[in-house]
Amino acid sequence: MSAKEEMLTLNLKIWRQEDRNDKGRFVDYKMEGVSTDSSFLEMIDMLNDELVKEGKDPVSFDHDCREGICGSCAMMVNGQAHGPNALTTTCQLHMRSFTDGDTIVIEPWRSRAFPVLKDLKTDRSAFDKIIAAGGYISVNTGNAQDANNLPVSKENADLAMDAASCIGCGACVAACPNASAMLFTSAKISQLAQFPQGQVEAAERASNMVREMDELGFGNCTNHAECEAACPKGIDLRNIAHMNREFLKAKVKGK
Amino acid sequence: MGFKLDSKIPEGPIQEKWEKHKFKCKLVNPANKRKFNVIVVGTGLAGGSAAASLAELGYNVKSFCIHDSPRRAHSIAAQGGINAAKNYPNDGDSVWRLFYDTVKGGDYRAREANVYRLAQVSNNIIDQCVAQGVPFARDYGGYLANRSFGGAQVSRTFYAKGQTGQQLLLGAYSSMMRQVNKGKIQLYTRREMLDLVLVNGKARGIIVRDVITGDIERHTADAVILATGGYGNVYYLSTNAMLSNATAAWKAYKKGAGFANPCFTQIHPTCIPVHGDHQSKLTLMSESLRNDGRVWVPKDKGDKRHPNDIPEEERDYYLERIYPSFGNLVPRDVASRQAKFRTDEDRGVGKTGLAVYLDFSEAIKRDGKEAIEARYGNLFEMYERITDESPYKQPMRIYPAVHYTMGGLWVDYNLMSTIPGLHVLGEANFSDHGANRLGASALMQGLADGYFVIPYTLGDYFNNHDLEPVDTNHEEFDKAEKEVKERIDKLLSIQGTRTVDDFHRSLGKIMWDNVGMSRNEARLKEAITEIQKLRAEFWKDVKIPGKAEGINDELEKAVKVADFLELGELMARDALERVESCGGHFREESQTPENEALRDDENFAHSAVWEFKGEKEAPVRHREELKFENVPLTQRSYK
Ligand SMILES: Cc1cc2nc3c(=O)[nH]c(=O)nc-3n(C[C@H](O)[C@H](O)[C@H](O)COP(=O)(O)OP(=O)(O)OC[C@H]3O[C@@H](n4cnc5c(N)ncnc54)[C@H](O)[C@@H]3O)c2cc1C
Ligand code: SF4
Ligand code: FES
Repeated sequence: MSAKEEMLTLNLKIWRQEDRNDKGRFVDYKMEGVSTDSSFLEMIDMLNDELVKEGKDPVSFDHDCREGICGSCAMMVNGQAHGPNALTTTCQLHMRSFTDGDTIVIEPWRSRAFPVLKDLKTDRSAFDKIIAAGGYISVNTGNAQDANNLPVSKENADLAMDAASCIGCGACVAACPNASAMLFTSAKISQLAQFPQGQVEAAERASNMVREMDELGFGNCTNHAECEAACPKGIDLRNIAHMNREFLKAKVKGK
Repeated sequence: MGFKLDSKIPEGPIQEKWEKHKFKCKLVNPANKRKFNVIVVGTGLAGGSAAASLAELGYNVKSFCIHDSPRRAHSIAAQGGINAAKNYPNDGDSVWRLFYDTVKGGDYRAREANVYRLAQVSNNIIDQCVAQGVPFARDYGGYLANRSFGGAQVSRTFYAKGQTGQQLLLGAYSSMMRQVNKGKIQLYTRREMLDLVLVNGKARGIIVRDVITGDIERHTADAVILATGGYGNVYYLSTNAMLSNATAAWKAYKKGAGFANPCFTQIHPTCIPVHGDHQSKLTLMSESLRNDGRVWVPKDKGDKRHPNDIPEEERDYYLERIYPSFGNLVPRDVASRQAKFRTDEDRGVGKTGLAVYLDFSEAIKRDGKEAIEARYGNLFEMYERITDESPYKQPMRIYPAVHYTMGGLWVDYNLMSTIPGLHVLGEANFSDHGANRLGASALMQGLADGYFVIPYTLGDYFNNHDLEPVDTNHEEFDKAEKEVKERIDKLLSIQGTRTVDDFHRSLGKIMWDNVGMSRNEARLKEAITEIQKLRAEFWKDVKIPGKAEGINDELEKAVKVADFLELGELMARDALERVESCGGHFREESQTPENEALRDDENFAHSAVWEFKGEKEAPVRHREELKFENVPLTQRSYK
């Protein structure tokens, strides 16, 4: 479509793993005629199309919106979570970011808390468990007052929006040497703390979510900042500091 | 057989119907609620809000979705916003106006009473979402900001950057997860519903496949709620997410739920054009862009010059020319059709000729680049990422794409289908949008259904029906499970030569060419024959590697495409029978001399509701007559 369209030949090294219990291995594939206008996932679609025609098992990966918003897609591309481009999910990565003859290594997220289910698909339900532990404001349907009765400064609203942009993809965990889920968890905690109604449970929320996070086997934060670099939504590291403050408050309160 | 279509619209003036109905709905006392089990399939805005609200009331909820997390439902992708009649900007909005606009925008093919209720509860939705911590845009005083959207003349759209669906869904999801934590919702992710189970004529359970293990499971309940989204993916390429599908609704149809207005599909005017054969989906460019972008094509046919080299006087700003009062803000169906007319007459642009320009140069000149960036920065970036062209420097190329389905399972005022106990919410029902949905009203409808309607009407169902205990050993479960397994085995045994995607692409082409933006009798008939042929071929020649156990992505796709191949035919039939143009359904036989859609209220002021009669028999078309007592029937005009 674009004026600059080119066709690429690529060498792919893809992690193949039958199921949870399989040890897994890299398999090499050669791809020809990949348009630079294609997305990264469309390139894998092409490969899968060929595999299926040969009666072989296609490469399994999670994906849905293909617009960078659902957080389904999740791949290590050449050792980087979501590939080489900053602020870009795997599905938004385009082949024009690669050059003819490139070798591309594709792996699943590697983290104890996200076991591999098959090939590039992992189980990220641990994130849901962290949210279930407290990632909400406890308001039942019907309890609400008129929305404009609670003014919130634009600054706070914007901070909340930035933190709320997290898509739950898990790249932060995959990129972290300790497989810590701090960036994800802190984003939710600081989003909700920006609102007056969110402050009621703020300390308790932080304490419950952090406890759950630890129990699920995520590691600790030792300030590598790899998470922030890998995050496709630009979630700010300062959220972690915010979370730690809330967590301390909870401790002081003995929660 | 045959079903009776009783819409159960309450008596009385339209303003009082819902209040009175709520009062008449029998209540289930709190201690008894925990005796009822409810299955909710789908965790989008509709399913997520329903599951959370019902669990809060005390019902035991089992929630199912195909995704690995409820938070990933397709609703997450909605960009533009959600409507409500708050009238915060003091610009003349009201419940009545939102009601009126929605009925008119839907080209008078929706039920007045439902639409009125939708407008009434719209305000509660905003309150609820704000209370949950949804970060809507605000102005400097700290109050909520609004914008105008999609053909509305008031600013009633609430938004959270270009990520409104995401934020609303995360709100519903967090409420759901709170109930998961309390043990009131049991969550079943990565499950695909493959059949509905009826016991003594009532919906009492579902059969699902665990897409990780491949296990087929049975689940019972006292009522089943489907909130499984729309079926736009029949067309293969659409703006819907890849996993969006019609299977749950289609199985319900085959078990006796009426399917209403399947031909009512919405083709959205501003999407990024198709670029090549390997394309997997289409990307929407939010409609809000039409607030500042001007749509044009070259006046000369086949003009291949770079857009920036085409002088002002050689451009045709056709929407402004044809519709001076609405200009670029005409409703979606009108904007899409006009784009198609232009490309049909060889005035389309870009390599394929299947695109028109959306130009921001004037807005940039007027308001400055910064102002435009603040408004649309993320959309421009998304466009550039995909096309490698900057909308700051040259006009965007856009083209219509399938986006939303107004048709769906028929429901009465209580949101119950023709199967007792089966309720349908959100895009999956035939909804309140008639023949054309206005921008920012799908999110409103999904949340209205889930937060504010079903919590009342479901209790009434429980009170009015005797529900005998049913367990998963019931013979109806045996039967349904056996059928599901046989179908899977059949699919896997074919081992033909063509991939599932290949069939899906072929179906998409038939649908787009014949059941798309412009339809006529001959092509609709042809589509029916073509789809039947393709379906027969699918069952002889599809190739699916792997087995029924464990993860099998191709099998998952095949299950969905097999159902699309049946639904596509029903859509064409419905389009064929509706010999009028209304909203997104444009029959060439029924147009004004200026090529505008011409409704035929005398013969078609009804919803068409299809009844399944068996694999070998043609389905039967029933009607629910629509009465317009509050919004007078007029031909829409946006001139
Ligand atoms: C790109 C885009 C932008 C949009 N922008 C707007 C906007 O700005 N404003 C607006 O009002 N509307 C917008 N819409 C429309 C709106 O987003 C949808 O109509 C709405 O979100 C549908 O919500 P839902 O809850 O009915 O279904 P969905 O969100 O589609 O959820 C369906 C759920 O059902 C589950 N499911 C489906 N099938 C099965 C099965 N067989 N078994 C188990 N689970 C199943 C899925 O896992 C999912 O959880 C947009 C749509 C698109 C495509
Ligand atoms: S914080 Fe960023 S990387 Fe982590 S889950 Fe959220 S969006 Fe993904
Ligand atoms: S597929 Fe949704 S974020 Fe990539």
